[in-house]
Amino acid sequence: MKLIKIDKKSLKEGIDKLKRTYGVFGPVREKDEFEFKALGAAEMPDFSFSNTRMSPKAIVYPQTQLMFTYSLNDADDDCRILKEVPMDERPRAVIGIRPCDALAFPLVRRNFDTPEYQDTFWVKAYEATTFVGLACNVPCGTCFCTSAGTSPFGKEGLDVLLVEDGDDLFAEALTPKGEALLETAGWTAEAGGGAEEKITALAATANEQISSTVAFDNIKNREILELYNAPFWEEEGFSCINCGTCTYVCPTCWCFDIQDETYGKSGVRMRNWDTCMSPLFTLHASGHNPRTKKVERVRQRFMHKLKYYVDKYDNGIQCVGCGRCVRLCPVNIDIRSICNKMNNFDSEACKCETASS
Amino acid sequence: MQNPYLPYPVRIDKIITETEDKSLKTFKFVFIRPEDEEKFAYRAGQFAELSVPGMGEIPIGIASSPTEKGFVQFTVFKTGKVTSHLHAMREGEIMGIRGPLGHPYPWETLEGKNIVIIGGGFAFTTLRSSIVFMTDPANRSKFKDIHVIYGARSPGMLLYKDELKSWAERDDMHMHITVDGTDDPDWKYHKGFVPTITEKFAPPADADTYAIICGPPIMIKFTQPVLDNLGYSHDNIIMSLENRMKCGIGICGRCNIGKDLVCKDGPVFTLAQLNAMPKEY
Repeated sequence: MKLIKIDKKSLKEGIDKLKRTYGVFGPVREKDEFEFKALGAAEMPDFSFSNTRMSPKAIVYPQTQLMFTYSLNDADDDCRILKEVPMDERPRAVIGIRPCDALAFPLVRRNFDTPEYQDTFWVKAYEATTFVGLACNVPCGTCFCTSAGTSPFGKEGLDVLLVEDGDDLFAEALTPKGEALLETAGWTAEAGGGAEEKITALAATANEQISSTVAFDNIKNREILELYNAPFWEEEGFSCINCGTCTYVCPTCWCFDIQDETYGKSGVRMRNWDTCMSPLFTLHASGHNPRTKKVERVRQRFMHKLKYYVDKYDNGIQCVGCGRCVRLCPVNIDIRSICNKMNNFDSEACKCETASS
Repeated sequence: MQNPYLPYPVRIDKIITETEDKSLKTFKFVFIRPEDEEKFAYRAGQFAELSVPGMGEIPIGIASSPTEKGFVQFTVFKTGKVTSHLHAMREGEIMGIRGPLGHPYPWETLEGKNIVIIGGGFAFTTLRSSIVFMTDPANRSKFKDIHVIYGARSPGMLLYKDELKSWAERDDMHMHITVDGTDDPDWKYHKGFVPTITEKFAPPADADTYAIICGPPIMIKFTQPVLDNLGYSHDNIIMSLENRMKCGIGICGRCNIGKDLVCKDGPVFTLAQLNAMPKEY
């Protein structure tokens, strides 16, 4: 493992160099919150954040993506023929992404980049991006990454991992893309002896601070209908107001809508993040709706993340443990307790309980 | 990398009003670039997204058969924003189609078998595709007995009336056309609901007999017990589902029933498969 040491005072110099080659994104303060933004010439990533309010998924998968343009002017040769829009395929770098959010990208890649179809918009943006992670020395109380496939110092999905140590940052290149970025920034000074031990100690301290966990080892052995028909959904979904906050802030929620918008004689086809919490999500043109009740929509979200995804990909749950939905849900619905309920659910035991009561 | 959301441009070659209430029209499309027709190689049971720039896209079953060359055909019920717009379009206008999408009926399994097609109302489009495909001179010998049970509210609401008549005259298939009711004294086919006609005319169940059912939920609800009584195995009952869709290629996450996406894992499922899935359709 080759470790680079970056003096925080020289961080700006390196990032300025990066901006010549990459579109650079980083966490910046926005009122009381942090968000990932494209950094302007004078802007620097602000590492004093715990995590951003919105996940950084929009860097690869914008909330509104222009897909095609069209003309409705009969005088045009290409009238009513959709045209591809040139995409920005220049390299971009995300500086300071947390390991949980980084893991979300390879996770949702299973949806966007399949053997049959490649979602060109997502795949091209993903391939153009270099992910520079920032390890979490102090995780939040709602984090449960250690049981959701990564950890405060997790490396999956990252090209570089940065670790803060007082006035210094340690950088480890994890991929050729990451090596190229460190090279471009001029961050080449090797960290001296003892750095590796320091990182190991910081990681151990961070891991110890993660106090909540989810368990899903039993979920894949359950039948879909067994969990689908479990009695706890009514109770869990009762307080939900279907606001959709959970889906928008989630780094792994990928569902979208496609809409045409016409201005005079021309227009665009675009796609927008959508939410399974909305009744419109599944409403047929006939008026029929397969998920009319809010409890059915709440069940859909958790079954998708914790059961359907598990069955389909056999690669963990569709959740990275960032805790955003737990923190931001206005009615305190908690994916951790639902996951554990699903994992502990035993329809046979449940029947006995009902029978005896 | 091919953009899977980009439709092939097509020209509306012909529009046929199918039903007396004018709610169903058949659109024949011709590809603007002839090479696109080859790329659009499809099999009976698949669907496509019809794309009207400025309005949006709708998933519609392919009504033409792969044995019919030079065009693709869709029969569309006027019901929402895009279909209403489509119904107001004229021959010669340009739009797009994207596909073929989803799984066809399981033709590898169906070869050498008795086939019973059961359809109701306007859900007869991919069934037409299947009938035209199976009765093509090159394919007829690949299938044993073919029964078709097709019903609509009234004679004027039947789709593909001329073809129904010509199929009824064939001696190598059994047509059972029915309407819920009619005052027409010259009506020479059945009267009665599809489940009743199925009970009377469907062949007995055996391992080599497969039923393909498409129709409104109420028809399916009452036809399934009939097939159960006749002894049809749920593996031998094949159905085609619909759900609201956008991408049509298994990415946008909208049309799922449990872990399966109607667009990519369906729209064709056996009843045995559906029994293990939530009833979210």
